[in-house]
Amino acid sequence: MSSLLIQNLKKSYGAVEVLKDINLEAESGEFVALVGPSGCGKSTLLSIIAGLESVTSGEVLIEDRVVNDDAPKDRDIAMVFQSYALYPTMTVRQNMTFGMECRNIDKATQAETVDRVAALLQIEPLLDRKPGQLSGGQRQRVAMGRALVRDPKLFLFDEPLSNLDAKLRVEMRSEIKKLHQRMGRTTVYVTHDQIEAMTLATRIAVMHKGVLQQYDTPDMIYNQPANMFVAGFMGSPNMNFFKATIVDGDVGLAVRLDGSDGPALPLGAEQAATVSAGQAVVFGVRPEHFSPAHEQRAERKGRVTVPVPVTVDMDEPTGAETILMARVAGQDAILVCEPEEAPKPGETMDFAIDMAKASLFDAATERRL
Amino acid sequence: MADTTHQSFDPLATGSRARQTRSRSIVYLLLGLFALLYLSPLVIIFMNAFRPLEEIVREGFISLPNMLSATYWVEAWSTFCIGGTCEGVSRYFSNTLLMTVPATILSTAIGLVNGYALSKWRFKGDTWVFGLITLGVFMPAQMTLLPWAFVLGKIGLSNTIAGLVLVHTVQGISFTTLFCRNYFLAVPDDLIKAARIDGAGFWRIFRRIMLPLSPPILIVCVIWQFTGIWNEFLFGTVFTSGSNQPITSAIVAFSGSGTGERHYNVEAASVIFAALPPLFIYVIGGKYFVRGLTSGAVK
Repeated sequence: MSSLLIQNLKKSYGAVEVLKDINLEAESGEFVALVGPSGCGKSTLLSIIAGLESVTSGEVLIEDRVVNDDAPKDRDIAMVFQSYALYPTMTVRQNMTFGMECRNIDKATQAETVDRVAALLQIEPLLDRKPGQLSGGQRQRVAMGRALVRDPKLFLFDEPLSNLDAKLRVEMRSEIKKLHQRMGRTTVYVTHDQIEAMTLATRIAVMHKGVLQQYDTPDMIYNQPANMFVAGFMGSPNMNFFKATIVDGDVGLAVRLDGSDGPALPLGAEQAATVSAGQAVVFGVRPEHFSPAHEQRAERKGRVTVPVPVTVDMDEPTGAETILMARVAGQDAILVCEPEEAPKPGETMDFAIDMAKASLFDAATERRL
Repeated sequence: MADTTHQSFDPLATGSRARQTRSRSIVYLLLGLFALLYLSPLVIIFMNAFRPLEEIVREGFISLPNMLSATYWVEAWSTFCIGGTCEGVSRYFSNTLLMTVPATILSTAIGLVNGYALSKWRFKGDTWVFGLITLGVFMPAQMTLLPWAFVLGKIGLSNTIAGLVLVHTVQGISFTTLFCRNYFLAVPDDLIKAARIDGAGFWRIFRRIMLPLSPPILIVCVIWQFTGIWNEFLFGTVFTSGSNQPITSAIVAFSGSGTGERHYNVEAASVIFAALPPLFIYVIGGKYFVRGLTSGAVK
């Protein structure tokens, strides 16, 4: 049974179309991340699911019931806001019981539920405080507590971690994951942070300019991006996009980077099947899929690699790894390698590209080939 | 939201000790001078309320009292004759009270609901509605005299306190709506959204979320309306007469009471009676008044 189903959804503000033909489905218990840059329409989509925004055309179904015209309170959802939206004049306890109070649930059940959720989130000592007396992390917990007391069909999160500092964000991220595993409720989670999306979601919906670019598992999104936008948005540092041309090589089709005078890079059978010689393509390689040629890390795993000379312009050591700003065949590139293997700026060194992990895109349409 | 702490800033606390003393004394001298200037009418009126009439006539209006007598206060409050009735200003004082309190409460309450609806439940044309309501802020009261006279006559409220309550409530809505709407704009929309998802409706959100956030603007509205309506003169004089007049109109009727002789001392006492309630309200709420007017201006 699908817990949430969105069909041919469109939303316009006057002449501006902010959501274009969105189709999305979430199984019961799934964790869906809506991810994209600001202005991509992800928050609008969440507001539409919540019932805070109207639909221009299309349908939203929650547990197989069309809810297009239902008020937010009749949709059986709970939402955690980016700003937390805690009622400032109420105590934490009152914040948590307000929803139950509106639904005329008796006092004894209210108290019992609050105690249970407060224990779950470890916010018992805060129950009689006002939101103004809480730290950012505590407010975040209370905001989640307010959603949890309701036990709804659908949890909606609108960038809940973006107001926390980096360390707390990582902590809360794993707590949200733990909570989801424990509660098993369908969750829709909006974020602009691709790491949050990758770590939390069972499926990720990548959005750009009101269009759903790809809706798939984190693994597929990362390794088989549907187009150059998804490939570039997911992953940090960004995927490298090299202008290249398909040529006839010694053992079948190969890809030659524009501006390269070395040998062409032979394609695997699967990749070769989608292209033809002479075609202009974009060759996408993630920074971590370069490795120093002498290491032959990927070959030990039985994959094909091809060495290419890389000229390093600048290095950014992060401690765990070193990021290299470099040039490959005269085109800008970013590489990641282990600190002790990193060449110095100005040096040229052979790096092997893990061909199985590379992606090919059509130069004109930017779609995956 | 209510408790903003202000870092105190002392612009005079720089430079050498001599410079500090010099600048400080200049500042206080100027402040004292202006305070004297502003307070002198009040002081003169206050002193005259204790002086016998012949002394005022003999020595002039601006002079220290030779002997103090409280009898003029009593006379002003309860026995002095104004326009035929000899009850002093007490009757008119209660008239004004009966007019001001309901008009203040009504206009503030309506302004709060208007402001809430216009800021948090946006609808098509809401800016027009808001614009039309606040147009009243800029409309001279004289322009509304004839329409009001017509309306009050039609509904039979001419020359009644209830009529004045109606006039002041409606006239006041412009101000209170303007104040409340602008104040509520600063309340995050997410609070309303969260409450709607929690299952609260228009009135529950108003009662449980907006009203508890409203004391600063509530005090601004109450002070503004109370002092404005209490001190209002034009409507009271035009729409009521005789024993139904508010105190402001009645005091003016003093000078025209026709006996020829002006009772300066009784008049002075009456004026002070009339000025006490707004002063009282302002002293209690003044601290919040300035804070409320500027709230949201500095973040």
